[in-house]
Amino acid sequence: MITLTVNGQKHKVDADPNMPLLWAIRDIIGLTGTKYGCGAAQCGACTVHLNGESVRSCVTKLSRAAGQQVVTIEGLSANNNHPLQQAWNELNVPQCGYCQSGQLMSAAVLLRENPQPTDQDIDDAMSGNICRCGTYQRIRSAIHLAAELQRKAMASK
Amino acid sequence: MKQQISTINKSTFPAKALAVVASLLIAVGVMAFAINDKPDASKTDTSYVVKKDSVASVKAFKQVYTVLMSARCMNCHPSGDIPLQGDDNHLHTMAPKRGIDGKGVYAMKCANCHQPTNTPGLHMPPGNPNWHLPPANMKMVFQGRTPRQLAQQLVDPKRNGNKGMKKLIEHADDGLVLAGWNPGDGRTLPPMSHAAFKKAWITWLTTGAYAPSAKAK
Repeated sequence: MITLTVNGQKHKVDADPNMPLLWAIRDIIGLTGTKYGCGAAQCGACTVHLNGESVRSCVTKLSRAAGQQVVTIEGLSANNNHPLQQAWNELNVPQCGYCQSGQLMSAAVLLRENPQPTDQDIDDAMSGNICRCGTYQRIRSAIHLAAELQRKAMASK
Repeated sequence: MKQQISTINKSTFPAKALAVVASLLIAVGVMAFAINDKPDASKTDTSYVVKKDSVASVKAFKQVYTVLMSARCMNCHPSGDIPLQGDDNHLHTMAPKRGIDGKGVYAMKCANCHQPTNTPGLHMPPGNPNWHLPPANMKMVFQGRTPRQLAQQLVDPKRNGNKGMKKLIEHADDGLVLAGWNPGDGRTLPPMSHAAFKKAWITWLTTGAYAPSAKAK
């Protein structure tokens, strides 16, 4: 039995410690916002936060998450109101949408560590998340917008 | 008495002078290593004694060089800030960047994909608990270095991560060095066993860490 915290809630998972974290999240815990893309850490669709870092859950063993904090797209914000989610809505970023939860989770780490990213910073942070629809320009614009929204929110506090 | 001493001095001068000069030369040689050894100065390492032999040293380094320039070593010692992949040393797909600490940037940190152990399967991400490149302020570049350049760099504490003799010898058993011989499915091994590499590495260091000539390839 492996205990882990997902989106602030403790879960006891009865599974092989070598099971990819992705399957535990999707098939056992039932949170299906995180997607399976390549299964080889090549595309980024399965990105979740493990203790704040954007790991590829398809190659991360469940045992690595034991006793740790996991955040999935469902837990990124309380009401889909993370600045990134607002910006994503505002600019209609997704096309098919399959990669977008991974894109958002990676972008969230970027914005946390660099609240005012340049185009180069965005490229450096997001180059591991592939979008088969090619929404890269909108992703970049939305990250800039989210950074602005985040700054405004901070300023108004 | 004074004359006697003077006489003795005169008669033994050449031999004594030679002995003094020889001692000075040895002392300078030892000091050269002692300077390199500054980080470990508090600990006296008696396990290894340097016995200078330039021929044996250069011969051993030639073996060391073939390992360090193999894909398993060089791919994480690139000349740029993007690690390399494959036997052809191409840039790492997804273009992850070194970052300040060598562990990547933002959502592209090494440990996001590289697990504590190799991920099973052909060409899946290799793993290590401490996967990283050398840090930005100590890049320890192998790519593009000639044997002479690399040999000189490896014993220069300003360019080798502040390692003295003891730490250099210990580095042969570093976890990431050893990972080169456990690279995961689908990757070629360095051109000799780890034991043979370690032997050549220690031989090179303990025979004076001589750099090959500039013409050596």
